[in-house]
Amino acid sequence: MSTQTPAPASGAASAGPATGRRAADPIPDRIRAKHSPRPGTWISAVVVALVVVGLINFLVTNPVFDWPTVATYILDVKVVQGVGWTLLITVLAMVLGTVVALAAAIMRRSENPVLRGVSWAYIFIFRGTPVYTQLVFWGLFTVIVPKIALGVPFGPEWFSFSTRDYFPAFWAAVVGLGLNEGAYLAEIIRSGLNSVDKGQTEASKALGMGNGNILRRIIIPQAMRVIVPPLGNETIGMLKTTSLVLAVPFTLDLTFATNAISNKLYAPIPLLIVAAIWYLAITSVLMVGQFFLERYFGRGFDDRPGGAAPKRSRQSAVNNSGTTPKDSLPEVEL
Amino acid sequence: MTHAATPDPAATPDPAATGDSAATRDPAAAGSAPAAPLIQLEGIHKAFGDLHVLKDCELSVAPGEVTVLIGPSGSGKSTLLRCINQLEEPTAGRVRIAGVTQGYAEEPLADGRWQKLPSAEIARQRSRIGMVFQRFHLFPHMTALANIMEAPIQVLGRSKAEAKESALALLERVGLSDRADHYPSELSGGQQQRVAIARALAMEPELMLFDEPTSALDPELVAEVLAVLKELAEGGMTMIVVTHEMGFAREVADRVVFMDEGMIVEQGTAQELIESPKSDRLQDFLASVL
Repeated sequence: MSTQTPAPASGAASAGPATGRRAADPIPDRIRAKHSPRPGTWISAVVVALVVVGLINFLVTNPVFDWPTVATYILDVKVVQGVGWTLLITVLAMVLGTVVALAAAIMRRSENPVLRGVSWAYIFIFRGTPVYTQLVFWGLFTVIVPKIALGVPFGPEWFSFSTRDYFPAFWAAVVGLGLNEGAYLAEIIRSGLNSVDKGQTEASKALGMGNGNILRRIIIPQAMRVIVPPLGNETIGMLKTTSLVLAVPFTLDLTFATNAISNKLYAPIPLLIVAAIWYLAITSVLMVGQFFLERYFGRGFDDRPGGAAPKRSRQSAVNNSGTTPKDSLPEVEL
Repeated sequence: MTHAATPDPAATPDPAATGDSAATRDPAAAGSAPAAPLIQLEGIHKAFGDLHVLKDCELSVAPGEVTVLIGPSGSGKSTLLRCINQLEEPTAGRVRIAGVTQGYAEEPLADGRWQKLPSAEIARQRSRIGMVFQRFHLFPHMTALANIMEAPIQVLGRSKAEAKESALALLERVGLSDRADHYPSELSGGQQQRVAIARALAMEPELMLFDEPTSALDPELVAEVLAVLKELAEGGMTMIVVTHEMGFAREVADRVVFMDEGMIVEQGTAQELIESPKSDRLQDFLASVL
């Protein structure tokens, strides 16, 4: 430190010996601003503080919440296992849903009318019926379809297996939630794919890239930027929807575990609080994951000093609004 | 070259049709070693619904020739350019590159219809034609280097190392070696357009199409892009350039083609067209841009 201090001092001295330290600032007479009064901030702070204090007092003093019971069961083996199962079902159902949705969204854009029709029918059925109904159906799948056989239709069978052996309640829950979610995600992914500037497809085509490569390398990575925020939303929604797997019936998830304990204790409220705390904790973890996903797929989009980017996004916004007639005009020349 | 011989009976009317304007090359064509045209546009029409955008356009471009397309807004210049690499399908007429019909089989079917080529074959035809767009259309999620490497790896099956080596060489050629790891959003318009040119060149195209490459640029950035175009032209690249830069046309173009209302009105050397325009419409146009 002692060897470094003379250097800046001599530099400052040569720049402006008379003014000393002030010379380091290249902008003279900086404005030292005083905010105009904002009484609203203070009034709202006082009101909110009073409400929060009251709420805390209510939570602590009201015996109904029974905090000792909450403390006892927050790390109960059944509860923690329930958290694990809930998380596992959430992740697997979202993975299944995303894969199915991507396929449905791409089929919906296809030139093949058969694929478009299949996609439309899938979305129509799975979005149009309650997820509870679908979960009951998947729970009964082994009754409806006791045996799956591969062979010539109406002819000989090559092999067959009993669905009961391979389709336990856990997978019924994952498949039920995943296929339901896929129908919603398909629309999100479709709008994400449509949000990518058409110029990207044209530029890729002009380079001789095939449709598969264009989708995989150019369109989907850019669409992800638009898809990830609602996908995070859907994941958090899915976390809570897993409480419906009781319909299958799958009985190891968080809600079922806390309900079972509260029925045993005749103490519903503290166990509801246990469940709520865990759902909040998992949501917080998922939000961290979403942050990193958004940052990854936002690369190249963050800072845009280039003059072109804002105009392009404005044009694509105009196109996406659907208020302009499709293909009614040729490429306009400036 | 061998393909060029087969459609000869059909092709012979073309030089006659465009002959008077392409005066400089006609004597050569009449000689013993005719330069087979690299690009032939035969009777191209394009209609978007009721809007008749291109009307019977005939154009023939020799290898190594630099053609500049000029004309007022909405005259069909860009549409004609986009027909060459099949970003637009002509409503009528044929596009031939090196004698090969683009997008369709060489001969009509028995019932008079034309068999469309499969999309993989169309992609292969496009891969031999480089295109540079007015709005660059770089891939925003990839660095400049990755933008250039993408198509050689995906389309030509080059190895990563190979693609990187030639991409770096191309970046140096357009003067952007120090910007290899920048995303497009971190580059100026002129730099983006130079990366876009390098990206097209990475496919080692037989010809390059430029669709108003400087129209989206701030005036002080136009020169750096035109310099790259000029260097390409001097290197013998066959180019069609849609532009409003008359200075560039005068300096670099072997031939200037003037379009108006979907028709090719006049064509000739830059000197002929700009100094002594024949048609009233070209005179009006030049008066408005010069």
